[in-house]
Amino acid sequence: MSKLTNQIKETATSVRSKIQRKSKPTLSFPLRSLSNVKYLPKKGFLELKGKKKTRTLTVATVKTFAQTLRMMSQAKTLVEDDEIMTKREAYYVSKNWGDARFDEQPESDTVIDDIEALFEINREQLGFIPEEKGGEVAGKLVVIDRDTDTGKKLLIDCTKFGSGAYSIPIYVEHLKFETKAKFVLAIETAGMFQRLVKHGYWRKANCILVSMGGVPTRACRRFIRRLSDELKIPVYSFVDCDPYGMFNIYRTLKVGSGNAAHINRYFCVPNAHFLGVTPQDIVDYKLPTHPLKEVDIKRAKDALKNDPFVQHYKPWQDAIRQLLDMGVRAEQQAFAVHDLNYVIEHYLPQKLANSKKFLP
Amino acid sequence: MTKAKKKQVKTKTRAAKKTVKKRISTSSKKTSPAKNKSKSKASKKTKKTSKKVRPVSVKTKSKLQKKAKISTKESLKKEEPRYSTAEDMAKKQRDISVAEFFMKNRHLLGFDNPRKSLLTTIKEGVDNSLDACEEAGILPEVSIIIAALEEENRFRITIEDNGPGILKKQIPKIFAKLLYGSKFHRLKMSRGQQGIGISAAGMYGQLTTGKPITITSKTSGSHSAHHYELEIDAQKNEPRIILDEVIKWPVKHGTKVEIELEAKFQKGRQSVEEYLEQTAIANPHVSLQFVMPDGETNIYKRASTQLPKQTREIKPHPYGVELGILIKMLHDTNAHTLQSFLHSEFSRVSMAVAKNICEKSKLYERARPSRIARQEADNLFKAINQTKIMNPPTDCLSPIGEELLLAGLKKQIEADFFTAVTRPPAVYRGNPFQIEVGIAYGGSLKADGLARVLRFANRVPLLYQHSACAITRSVMDTGWRNYALQQSAGALPTGPLVIMVHMASVWVPFTSESKEAIAHYPEIIKETRLALQECGRKLAKFVKRKKKAAESERKKAFIQKYIPHIAIALREMLDLSDRQETTLVTQLTDVLERSRS
Repeated sequence: MSKLTNQIKETATSVRSKIQRKSKPTLSFPLRSLSNVKYLPKKGFLELKGKKKTRTLTVATVKTFAQTLRMMSQAKTLVEDDEIMTKREAYYVSKNWGDARFDEQPESDTVIDDIEALFEINREQLGFIPEEKGGEVAGKLVVIDRDTDTGKKLLIDCTKFGSGAYSIPIYVEHLKFETKAKFVLAIETAGMFQRLVKHGYWRKANCILVSMGGVPTRACRRFIRRLSDELKIPVYSFVDCDPYGMFNIYRTLKVGSGNAAHINRYFCVPNAHFLGVTPQDIVDYKLPTHPLKEVDIKRAKDALKNDPFVQHYKPWQDAIRQLLDMGVRAEQQAFAVHDLNYVIEHYLPQKLANSKKFLP
Repeated sequence: MTKAKKKQVKTKTRAAKKTVKKRISTSSKKTSPAKNKSKSKASKKTKKTSKKVRPVSVKTKSKLQKKAKISTKESLKKEEPRYSTAEDMAKKQRDISVAEFFMKNRHLLGFDNPRKSLLTTIKEGVDNSLDACEEAGILPEVSIIIAALEEENRFRITIEDNGPGILKKQIPKIFAKLLYGSKFHRLKMSRGQQGIGISAAGMYGQLTTGKPITITSKTSGSHSAHHYELEIDAQKNEPRIILDEVIKWPVKHGTKVEIELEAKFQKGRQSVEEYLEQTAIANPHVSLQFVMPDGETNIYKRASTQLPKQTREIKPHPYGVELGILIKMLHDTNAHTLQSFLHSEFSRVSMAVAKNICEKSKLYERARPSRIARQEADNLFKAINQTKIMNPPTDCLSPIGEELLLAGLKKQIEADFFTAVTRPPAVYRGNPFQIEVGIAYGGSLKADGLARVLRFANRVPLLYQHSACAITRSVMDTGWRNYALQQSAGALPTGPLVIMVHMASVWVPFTSESKEAIAHYPEIIKETRLALQECGRKLAKFVKRKKKAAESERKKAFIQKYIPHIAIALREMLDLSDRQETTLVTQLTDVLERSRS
């Protein structure tokens, strides 16, 4: 923790000394976009290439500059006091700053993201936590947490939530796990998760079920990563067959994103694999489809052209081309056309029998 | 139409004679085989048709002949004659007096509606007063009173000036005869041009209220004033005197006109008030007093005691003369030779130039002007336009001048910036003219909305038909965005701006008799645009300087607003003392201030 405090102090000192030398102070941030990342197959995530943008203090930037520094000061206090603050709370705290206050939360969020990138750490380490929910877990897993009052060990058995589920906390670094499960199944929609939980699929397949609810939150990604790291078990991803499910959800889960590339090293799940739904599944299982929307086509073409992850894996390029040729997409709940539990009884067992054929 | 035809017959020009002869011969041929009775009829009819419409088609002619036969053979008691005979028509055809014409077409003179009629009446009166005062070298003092009468929408307008007065014998004709005046036949810069205005106003009053126009006038040196009540005899276009008396009037000299009329009094745009305000702007030497029906009085004080420069009357420039006019001038001149005619009747034609023109037109320079035939006149006309002739003299123009333009604008408009430009004289169709532009910017003027354009012709404000006017066109065609102003395509510029444009000329080419818009002569548009651009350049300098100052002020405030926060953040992070924090603020302000410039 004190390392972070020192980093903040160092930055502040450099700003100050520049002012004292009568030159304009600067802050430099890594450029946050897909164009500034490369895929490291060995490490398994998208890493920053090192392009930086420098924010120099001028008349035009003086407001953001002041806000960034004040937010940094806020982060330092949080780190020193071991306190946390949601992004929304940070926005309200800024209301004390007079003219430097934020008018809308997106402004303060951007500044927090900037600081995060500046120190190349995740904002949770700075004490800023998101408002969002982390995701849900059910199945053969015991989470070892601590009681917030006494600090005593707390064993949470994820098999004992009945038709409910364990909710992933926002901060997961201190958690420990015990399990005999063979794999983790990360599911895009809460609806599919509910079906699998209701019919005790985890018992049948001896696995841990995680509901991501769309693009996984950082806490969810980190949780899955720690599961995968500590338990040394594979992670299978079960999402819709469309470019959003493939790249926004699966790609982010596995190798991270371009926007928050500075934290990908903590949040990637290199052990993740793509169970389905694949374009070939649409054909094999005769799934009902919808035509691809224009954004889908755009996203797919963009992935082919710019995504370092896709560029690295030929199977993915083929899958995208196949999808584009078919011009359709299918949702994971589309199996209901055959039978409500078709997915449990036929699809998943059949796929899992051939886990080597999963897309990388 | 008919009147014009008659005149042509009377003048007996060669061409006319020829055509008449021809027609008679053809008609006699045609009618010769007919019976006696019908023959006389037919001849009568042909005479008639020659008067009315020249080319009568054979078809209609035969029809008419038939009709005539029928009407003579069959009894008159039958209800047949639904169509008029030539004789019937002839009975109805008569002269149309100018007065009658304008009584019917009063909108041509600016009396379209009660509101505008009020303005036109006052405008004509005031214009006459100012012209008279200036010509006599008197600083004008004019009072305008609008009094509401008991009947709704009836007003009595009184316009009184301190001018030289009018001679007794002239009063009836000036005020109660249309197209009578001193200004039409001369080429001299003046407000009035046609000799219609004030008598038309009187006629309008007479038409709507039945009351005569009342004139009181006193010339300097006489003891008493003449007091007239006049009506206009619309049929004859002649004055009818209702009352003619001599009264005591306690002024040295001057004229008072009173007209009762149906009108509508309103303030705001295109009102009498606006007209007087603009008159005051363009005529800073004038003092005006304006009493409204509710008793409210506006006084427009004199901003300068400098009378406009007296202008010289000029002869027409050859380039501005049309063929018909040239023929008439040739006929009317007293000159004995063609060369001396050209030299004496036109401006800028020396004997040498005159000789040159004669040679070009292959006419003998010693020929008698009145003997020049039509074809020869045509050659002469062409020769004139092929000969290089110096531009007309410009001492006939009296521009307001940049200094007085500024004085006038400053007197009536509150603004931050004023500029004015008087262009050198230029010429359109042989008529010299001069364009002046004044611009007021900023201050209390409204920042959003289109610029206000004040148009003037010979110092008279033009309030109506702005979109038909060459001045408005020029303002819209100027690229104001080059001068740091906003402007949508094909529109007036936007901003706190008043643009004043004055055209001074010996003959302002109005689009109609009501003198509301200036015709689109390319020369006029070009000169106006040049003047606008010149003012625009000066304006742009001011606007840019002002914008820059505001911007730098804004930046400075911006810097001062956020610098303390940088210092606070650094103090918090580095545990600095208050003194160190203050030092940082000073240093940082210094760094940014330096970088700003």
